[in-house]
Amino acid sequence: MSHPAHERLTVDLLRPLEQTSWRFYLLVAFLGSIVAMGLGTWLYQMYMGFGMTGINMPVYWAFYITNFVFWIGISHAGTLISAILRLVNAGWRRPVTRCAEVITAFALMIGAMFPIIHLGRPWLFFWLVPYPNQRLIWPNFRSPLVWDFFAISTYLTGSLLFLFLPMIPDFALIRDRATGFRRRAYGLLSLGWRGTTTQWHRLETAMQIMAIAIIPVAVSVHTIVSFDFSMAPVPMWHSTMFGPYFVAGAIFSGIAGLIIAMASLRKFLHLERYLHPVHFENLGKLLLMMSLLWGYFIFAERLTTWFGNDVGEMNVFYVTQRGSFSPLYWTMVVCNLVIPFTILALRWLRTIAGCVVASFSVCIGMWLERFLIVVPSLSHKYLPYSWGHYRPRPVEIMITVATFAAMTLLYTLFSKFVPIISIWELKAGDHPSSELYPAAMHEHSLGETRA
Amino acid sequence: MTVDLDRCTGCGACVTACHAENNIPTVGDEQAARGRAMHWIRVERYWDGEFPDARLKFRPVMCQQCDAAPCEPVCPTYASHHTDEGLNAQVYNRCIGTRYCANACPYNVRFFDFFNPQWPKPLDAQLNPDVSIREVGVMEKCTFCVQRIHAVEIQAKADKREVKDGEIQPACAQSCSAKALVFGDLNDPESDVSRLSRAERGAKLLEELGTQPKITYLAKQTQA
Repeated sequence: MSHPAHERLTVDLLRPLEQTSWRFYLLVAFLGSIVAMGLGTWLYQMYMGFGMTGINMPVYWAFYITNFVFWIGISHAGTLISAILRLVNAGWRRPVTRCAEVITAFALMIGAMFPIIHLGRPWLFFWLVPYPNQRLIWPNFRSPLVWDFFAISTYLTGSLLFLFLPMIPDFALIRDRATGFRRRAYGLLSLGWRGTTTQWHRLETAMQIMAIAIIPVAVSVHTIVSFDFSMAPVPMWHSTMFGPYFVAGAIFSGIAGLIIAMASLRKFLHLERYLHPVHFENLGKLLLMMSLLWGYFIFAERLTTWFGNDVGEMNVFYVTQRGSFSPLYWTMVVCNLVIPFTILALRWLRTIAGCVVASFSVCIGMWLERFLIVVPSLSHKYLPYSWGHYRPRPVEIMITVATFAAMTLLYTLFSKFVPIISIWELKAGDHPSSELYPAAMHEHSLGETRA
Repeated sequence: MTVDLDRCTGCGACVTACHAENNIPTVGDEQAARGRAMHWIRVERYWDGEFPDARLKFRPVMCQQCDAAPCEPVCPTYASHHTDEGLNAQVYNRCIGTRYCANACPYNVRFFDFFNPQWPKPLDAQLNPDVSIREVGVMEKCTFCVQRIHAVEIQAKADKREVKDGEIQPACAQSCSAKALVFGDLNDPESDVSRLSRAERGAKLLEELGTQPKITYLAKQTQA
């Protein structure tokens, strides 16, 4: 471990863990109070009754389900992208993987809260869980909501493992440099890591298995989320396209979330030496491709609906295309297609700042997309007499804002306790020397990109 | 059940009777304006033609008690399920309020308790002891007055006889002065309701969705 470049790398990446400025406490206090207000709002909603929200007959799902789909979508950034980049052995992935995988873990936790928040009787949420109980009744395995439970819990378990495995050697590194309580805590987390050849081999094997296993799980999760809609005979929901459409949308918004997170880390933790413009350039290209894919999906959906000319579907079609939802609809098209395409297709605009602007635009656009899938269909079902409208109330807005604060808070805290860039992977990528690292860690030069 | 659209006058007696029979809370004008009004049966009103030749059409809509009900498979807790008698039952105690059933229902006849139920005086003094009160956060809907069905069945069993046709009257059918609503046993081919539902002007609501509703609407006769 005497390599001078490595020593500098270690010091750089462990700095956030060892030094804390007053700005950190201020940020945590600020975000923490918003999250606390969000929790308080939820308790208020439970105490006063669900009528505190803007939900009504017939719009029984709105903001909460939009947030649910949005956050599950954001969670696709991390694990899926990181797994693919690991499998194809893209060298530039090294500083990116961990900050991506963390997004998955936290976004999934936040997203999974919403099916509970939106329940009429959230205190009975465990009735969705299959376990032998005194009520002598299983959950209904035909219900897509029960599929959701399995899909999300599998994905969460898998992503936590996938996140944790490559953290072990870094925990050991911190353990070796720390004293007192920190040494004991990180010693516990590093699970007795000593860096033997056997341990490296096992880690590598485990990571290979997880990287392969997590991809079908990730695809299935958002497909099943889309089944919540496509299994119901509701106009514009009941579509065979929803599975791939949702998965593509999830990866799309996920990459946007990742770019925003990486740019913030780079700026606030001074990681300019590790997160290079080329990382944003590459992710920007990926975002551009997903933007075009999204455009293809929305075009295919709209065109088939319009040609099909089904009475029920055309009502929803027109209310989004040129009716009361059209301002939101066209904002979505601009945010998801026009802005990211213009910025990312031009090389001179595909800078870090450009990528961040495009990513914010995509996040707004994708949130609107989910809203426009959920609400207009419900408010314009088959019988015109029971058509309705929806307007969010303060309770829903507060809880929505609080989840964004919760995401930032969890991310900030995580980067305070864990090196947000994988130190050992960066070292292994920089100097693949057989003396420092066992042969199992060497990699092919193909795909290596050096900035 | 059959609904004769030619006979319906849109008086709304069925709606009132249903509220009284089934302890349906009145939500007040403010909540009703927010779309929280609960009417297990509603009289839909449609205008035909342009003024001054406009004609008014009424259509009472309640739970269609579908044979292939979209609300049933989506419920994660079996709160919405099919009984042996063919009714769409809603078990309030099992419901956790995902509201998925209401979204899946193409007829929008499922209602959510946004608050604990309350009634303005003196309505609170006339609650039906045969019907349970639903707490905040659960779904509710037309039961075909299952309490009345069971009461008659129990009485018939005690008397060691079959249930007679027309003996069971849901509150809506009982209160319909124009006799637009007819209730009975569809499995008995001789019953009034079976005879009427075979009529030529009979049709199901949104039949094309494949929900197989048990309610037949008898079309309005066009006037010469």
